[in-house]
Amino acid sequence: MSESTIQIALVLPDLLGTYGDFGNAVVLEKRMTWRGIKAEIVPINYGQPVPDSCDIYVVGGGEDTAQTLAVKHLREHPGLQRAVTKNAVVLGVCAGIQIFGESFTRADNVTHPGMGLIDSTSHAGGSRAIGEVLAEPANGLFEGVLSGFENHQGRTVLGPAARPLAHVKVGTGNDGSVEGAVQGRILCTYLHGPVLPRNPQIADLLIEWATGVKPAPLDLPAVTAMRAERVKAAS
Amino acid sequence: MNDSPARLPLRTAAAVKLGNLSSTLSQKMGLGAGGMIGGRVALKLDPQALGHLTQGRRVAVVTGTNGKTTSTMMLARAVGALGEVATNHSGANMPDGHVTALSKQPDAPYAVLECDEAYFPAVAGASNPSVAVILNLSRDQLDRVGEVRTIERSLRDAVDKLQNCTIIANCDDVMVTSAAWNASNVVWVATGTGWHHDSASCPRCGNPIRWQGEHWHCTGCDLSRPHPSWITADEAMITPEHRQLELRLTLPGKFNQANAVMAAAAAHAMGVPADEAVRRLRGVSNVSGRYRTIQRGGRSARLLLSKNPAGWSETLTVVKEANHPAVLVINAQEADGRDLSWLWDVPFERLQGRTVIASGERATDLAVRLTYAEVQHTIVPDPLKAIDQMPQGAVEVIANYTAFRDLNARAAADE
Repeated sequence: MSESTIQIALVLPDLLGTYGDFGNAVVLEKRMTWRGIKAEIVPINYGQPVPDSCDIYVVGGGEDTAQTLAVKHLREHPGLQRAVTKNAVVLGVCAGIQIFGESFTRADNVTHPGMGLIDSTSHAGGSRAIGEVLAEPANGLFEGVLSGFENHQGRTVLGPAARPLAHVKVGTGNDGSVEGAVQGRILCTYLHGPVLPRNPQIADLLIEWATGVKPAPLDLPAVTAMRAERVKAAS
Repeated sequence: MNDSPARLPLRTAAAVKLGNLSSTLSQKMGLGAGGMIGGRVALKLDPQALGHLTQGRRVAVVTGTNGKTTSTMMLARAVGALGEVATNHSGANMPDGHVTALSKQPDAPYAVLECDEAYFPAVAGASNPSVAVILNLSRDQLDRVGEVRTIERSLRDAVDKLQNCTIIANCDDVMVTSAAWNASNVVWVATGTGWHHDSASCPRCGNPIRWQGEHWHCTGCDLSRPHPSWITADEAMITPEHRQLELRLTLPGKFNQANAVMAAAAAHAMGVPADEAVRRLRGVSNVSGRYRTIQRGGRSARLLLSKNPAGWSETLTVVKEANHPAVLVINAQEADGRDLSWLWDVPFERLQGRTVIASGERATDLAVRLTYAEVQHTIVPDPLKAIDQMPQGAVEVIANYTAFRDLNARAAADE
């Protein structure tokens, strides 16, 4: 594969693809190809080794057993962890935020080791957080509100090395106050929707990290209209 | 024993009477179709109504993610060969709908009940079915129903508790096979359809499922594709006696062939000969408005219902052959699931090059999905107006649950 093609690894879509998060990879690919940046999606299925050579890794949400299997697979085939040391960009959604941390504890009180990529721990909350979320960007990381749909029982506590992605205005996020995590070039969120079709500014931030260049503006009227609708519905 | 249902206890009889009255009032006052309110009233007055109303009848319960309404209608038609059948074929598939249907036909010796998969344990537990049909299980309304594995687990527990019940199960679906695996009496049906995206790992032990052609097995435990007794072949089915019967269905698509074979196998378990079952279910053409064609100013619009990724994937296959313009209608009310993330699991890319209109209350969400699928489209939120903007001739209209229900009602009112 030529050096100039940005490879987007879609990590374990067969285990972590319950909530349409495959769409995040599509959005990254299209937003690059439409701007003349060569990009391709590389699906990595359960049972396959995880390459460390991709530029962006996209990890989605999954059911409990699938999540346990996924983390086992990713620890046995640590391509993603190696890629992180080489400055790869990583998007982790829902299960992603939990398995990237130091550990996650389920409702049955069993604690599973995470991948140790971000300074966080997760545990099961009392009730399932389901519904539309609105959050304001933290640390000036991006512009415009963060919009998405959450459906999770996990609650996540960030350590000092991880920064929140956003401050929750509507919904629950990590703990009712902050949402997501950013550490180096790893960006995590609880939000589906999927998150990148809803938040093109986050997609472009990841593209900027991967290519080293701020991408040219891309006006998609449908995206603007949908964001406005969702923000209004959640407010 | 099937001559007539058992006499109802006084409390149930009174509950049924008041329930029926509420249904009639609801219809007369134009409040609804009366499919649920009667049952709701009856269940309030007698929480055991479902158990009492099914006593003495031979009951079949039909559940699964997709094809419930169609399969129920097919099975009810087929079982009609044996006698009068009480059935809830308007999609009112929760206990209140069951009680309403059973109350309206108190003397029918047979009952064929479509059941929402989340209510299957309660309904199967109360109604002592002789046949339970499990069609398929895939992701659907994750925010309301929950994740597929949770549903599989609850069906499995319910099936394990059933006595003297024949389970009709789709062995091409890993989740269904797991749910029916321990049943003492199970008839396996090869439907040739299956959504594999939710079964990469075994629902029982978590190890990878390996597929080799139509065969599959778990790499960690003994769960594997059972040998089917009934097989769905191309436009035909093969019976346990290895006879091939032509299906010649009125309804389109491979998915309905699968529904038909599941219904035929279930009817057979109820005592209907296979030939008779197929002859009867073949005629099912209009399932609560689904598949019907409406005429609007020189346009013949065929109405198709699809509620989730597996359903949409099948429907996009049905509309593939003819390159007709398509109106896609999406709502996200509670009954649809509020989370539209699933739109990204539907292969809309297959519609590239067609005339497409995005419609429904969430037309803009769909428009974003179509944009990234590189499908040219316009947005017209009102589906009837969307049809009217299409060129004259055939139009395919695919809508999800409440979008379909509302469109169908408006189209019926216009006719």
